[in-house]
Parts: sequence; structure tokens; C-alpha cells
Amino acid sequence: MESLSFSYPAREAVASRVHVGVVGSGDLEVLLEPSPDGRAHVTVTTSVPGFGAVWKNVLDRFFSRFDGAAAIEINDFGATPGVVMLRLEQAAEALRA
Amino acid sequence: MRDSFIELRARERARAILDADTFRELLGPFDRMKSPWLPLQGVVTQADDGVVVARGRVDGKPAVVAAIEGAYQGGSIGEVSGAKIAGALELALRDCERGRPVRPVLVLETGGVRLQEANLGLAAIAEIHAAIVALRRHVPVVGVVAGLVGCFGGMSLAAALCSRLIVTRQARLGMNGPEVIEQEAGIAELDSMDGAEVWGLMGGEQRHATGLADVLVEDDVGAIAAQVREAFNTTAPPRSEQVQVFCRRLAGIDPGHPPSPKALRTLWAREGEP
Amino acid sequence: MSAQPNPAPRGLAARGLRWLQALTGQDGLLPSAPRTVRIADAPLGEELARFIAVVPDGENRFPRARCGEVGLDEAWTLAQQVRGTMSEDQNQRPRALIALVDVTSQAYGRREELLGIHLAGAAAADAYASARLAGHPVIALLVGKAMSGGFLTHGYQANRILALDSPEVLVHAMSKESAARVTRRPVEALEDLGERIVPMAYDVRSFNRLGLVHRLIRGVNADAPGPADVERVRGELTAAVATARGAPRDLSSRLESDAARATRAASIEVRRRLAQAWDAV
Repeated sequence: MESLSFSYPAREAVASRVHVGVVGSGDLEVLLEPSPDGRAHVTVTTSVPGFGAVWKNVLDRFFSRFDGAAAIEINDFGATPGVVMLRLEQAAEALRA
Repeated sequence: MRDSFIELRARERARAILDADTFRELLGPFDRMKSPWLPLQGVVTQADDGVVVARGRVDGKPAVVAAIEGAYQGGSIGEVSGAKIAGALELALRDCERGRPVRPVLVLETGGVRLQEANLGLAAIAEIHAAIVALRRHVPVVGVVAGLVGCFGGMSLAAALCSRLIVTRQARLGMNGPEVIEQEAGIAELDSMDGAEVWGLMGGEQRHATGLADVLVEDDVGAIAAQVREAFNTTAPPRSEQVQVFCRRLAGIDPGHPPSPKALRTLWAREGEP
Repeated sequence: MSAQPNPAPRGLAARGLRWLQALTGQDGLLPSAPRTVRIADAPLGEELARFIAVVPDGENRFPRARCGEVGLDEAWTLAQQVRGTMSEDQNQRPRALIALVDVTSQAYGRREELLGIHLAGAAAADAYASARLAGHPVIALLVGKAMSGGFLTHGYQANRILALDSPEVLVHAMSKESAARVTRRPVEALEDLGERIVPMAYDVRSFNRLGLVHRLIRGVNADAPGPADVERVRGELTAAVATARGAPRDLSSRLESDAARATRAASIEVRRRLAQAWDAV
């Protein structure tokens, strides 16, 4: 198990909370809610240690298109970068809905 | 095309069982009541510990659903997930005792005790059993085993304590999972990889045909929700109280020459059941 | 079922029977029940109590239930006998039921699953819970193993759980050997884990720290109880029965001890927050 933290600048306030996914094999859950300080914060807890650079890469890509001031908690059970991105996009989509 | 219930996650399953737009979750993911024991063992936690408790209505009447997420830790019962189920049932009991009936529904998808929380999982399961027995005197407790994990270990007893048990063909119900039996008693006792054998023993259709489940239903959201509503009209005594019936059935069995699953369907046919 | 008398089972698995004999002076054999379920009435304090034990029988008709497991016949017999006690006492003060617990597990087998051992286990738990709700003080006395499904069906529905402080009194969801196989860890690693993580431990002192034990009875010879040991235990049982008679018939006392408040804090917190949210709009 490993815990990682990331932070990104944000432009838009986030108004609601969104939960997607499950901490099941090859999957993850995402809890997204308003951030208190106008920036985006991501905390990742993953069952697979040693992939900090990969996480950063996926999150960099996600935040290149998402500018909400969100506090995001990720609980990961060995998801691939593709699945991580899918869940993040689902959460962003649900936020817009 | 069918609207699969099995493919739904626990939260959506609970929502599907409750009347439209009545779902209100208690202790949801953002309350972050997580397992205190898994992080100590290096295991990632899920924010709701794998159980969704939701209030709402069933057929217009106040209800509570506790649905287990089979995809998280095999639906295993830890301290928190177990306390969520037991606590929900205890509150339903309190309301029933105050003359405000609450319809309880359990959506069971679990391998039983979560081994990393061992004795606290077992204790919670005993408390779930206690709550079902107490609550069942006021209102039917309805169990659903849809399929994905099945329902095993101490929680199979919880299923058997329900006033009414609804299963699909994809459900498996047994005290000991096939892998556990193979491990404990050897492959000569049971080959857990032999699917036909396993389904013949503990599949939903077999359980229904031998009187160990009440309703066999298609894997369809609407059909399952309808059967749950219907189950609250039951007046039949719970199966686990029918001691004489089952003692008589068991006395007729020769363990040296046990019947085949198919033969048991005839021996323990649903017809003539009280 | 064999009509031949069995030699008394040896070793730890015979503790249930040994304590039944010690506390009641009887062997508890019933005319039309399997030899694995022993039941005897005996005085306890001012009243008569019913003592129930599940014991090994090398000739049990179900081979997977010969070593102290709760199998199909055992669970259904427990259900039948406990419910029988309830009907006998319908018009009198409900007798105390003392479950003497030394059960290695539930029976694992193909026949068991086919014939619905989960329902048999449920029926036994149901009967004990129903007896408790009907006002029978149900007391479990852990004298040996209290494992997994065996404990759920015989003892875990008790108003109060008492335990002998003995290294052979073990409580767990899965035997050490099986847990080692399932988790692919050596038994020693599991023992180390149990020292760090209380609910993972097997020993009764750790179990006591979970707040689930009403009284841990120390200094008693669990294997060969002398007259003083038996008197001690009888006194503890009598007191537990009195406590149970004057207390709620549910299991709420399991969350009220200092130990429970410390170790089962999450169990308490979940209930508190559920209650808070229950009626909120």
C-alpha cells in the first residue's frame, strides 16, 4: 500500500460531491468534493506501490482538461491508467450533470 | 433486452429495490466510516466499507435496504460493514417496537467473515443474526441473493434466517464455499473447479427446488423489485423455525448413500410444504 | 446410527463433555438424539438449568462431523432441543440454558452443503436467539474451541458469554491451519499478526479485549476440573444467569464494557451515526 498526494491550480469552484467506482480488483473509487482553498488536491491510496510517476502522468493529463477546485480521494486496487482516467472522467461528467 | 440486477453495484441495487426517488443513503462514502483494521495490514479501504444502507420506501411503506458490495473484498463482513447491517436492522426493530413498521431488505453478496477482521466480523454476524430473529417477529425480513459472489459463511445463516429469500439462477448459497470444502476435506469430497457439481449443490435453482429458497427470479431489475414488494405480503413461518419438517427430512437421508442433487429435488419437493 | 457405546473421546475435544459431566453429574445422552449433542438438567443456584454440549463422536453417521464439528444432525438437534425447552417452559419461569462450547467448526462437506447446513446452523442460532427473547437466560461458557460457524450455531446468541482463561480456549473465524492456507502465510506469521491486531488473535485473552466476554474465569483447571473449580464456575454461571434475568434480552451489553468501548469503537460509532441519520430529512 502506498499513499500519494498531488495538487493542481484550479479556476472553477466545485459545487457538489460525486462518488464513482469500487475498490475491486483492477478498479478504484473516486470521491470528489469541493476543495476548501481554491486549488485541486488529490490523495491516492493504492495497493500497488512504486507507480508515483504513472499516477502523476495520468493526473497531469486529467487536469489539463479539468479545472475544478476539487478535493479528490482515490482508493485504488490495481487499476490500469486507462481505468483511472475513465473513473476520473466519469466523476467529472457526473459533476456537470 | 433485460435490465440486469446482477451487473449493478450495491448502491444501484439498493436504489433499484426502493420505490423511485425515495433512496436516501445513511453513512455513505463521504461519511468515511472505513475499516480501522485493514490499513494496519496494508489493505486499501473503501469509503463505505462495502455496505450501502439506504432508507426509502417499498410499495409506499417505510423501508431500509442494506446491500453488500461483492466487488470490494469479496463482500466480506468486517467490523464496520457488519455494524452497518446490524445497526440498520436494530433501528428498524426500534421503530417497529414503537409502532412504526420499517420494511427491511438485505441484498447479500458475500463470502462471509473478512479474515483480516476475523473475530470482529464473526461478532458482527452474530449480531446480524440476533437482529433478524428479533425483527422478524414484527415484519418480514426479506433477503435477496442475486449473484456475483453468492452468499457464504456466517452470512448464509443470515440468508436462511430471512422470512423470505429471493434468489436468481446465478446465485450460490452455502455455508462453506466450494474452495473451502476442497481445502478442508480434499478434492475427493468436492472439486471446486467442477462448475456443474457446484451449481448442482448450491445454485439458486437447486436451492429453490429443494425448498431452501422461496422465490426463483430472473436477473431483471423490475422482476426482483416486484418480488421484494410481494415478499412483504408473506405470512408463512420462517424456514429456520420449521424444525420438525427439516428434522424429518434429514432423518430420511442415509449419509452413506446421499441422494443426488436431482433426487433431492423429488425428496424435498416444494409441494406439500407448510 | 451405531448402538455400540463409544469410548469417551480423548483430548481437548472432549472438554465439552467433561464440563457437562462436572457441572451436572450426567453424560447427557438423549434417547432419540445423536450422541454428539448432550443435554442435562442440573441445579444452578436456586434454580434448575439446562446444560447443552456438542461433543465428538468417532462413529457419527455424518463422517465430516466426528471431531467436534457442528454438522447437520447437531445443528438441527440443538434447534429442536432448545425449542423443546421453550415449549416445556411456556407456563413457568424460563429455564436458563447453558451452552458449553467446545466446537472445532461447522462441518465441511459435500453432503452438508447439499442438505443445507446453512439452514441447519440458522435454525440453531434462531432457536437460541428466540429462547433469549422469550426470557430464557442463555449463557455460553467457552471451555475449548469456539470456532467460526460452530460458535455461531452454539453459543454466540447468548445473553452473556463466559470463558475459561485457558490456552486451549480459542475463538476465531477460521482455524489457524486453514487461515494459513487461505492467506498463504505461515502459522507463525498469523500468530505475530494476532499480537498486533486484536481481532486476528485466537487466544481467549485477546477475545476478552474485544468486550465480548462477560467474565473471563481465571485460575480454573479446564482439563481436569476439581470440586473447587466446578464450584467456582457454577458460581459464575449463577451470577451470569441473575444478571441476564435483570437485563435487556438483546445483545446490547456486548457494546457496553470498557473493553468494547476501546476495541469496538467503530461498532459503536457506526450505530451512533446511523441512529442520527435514520430519521433526518
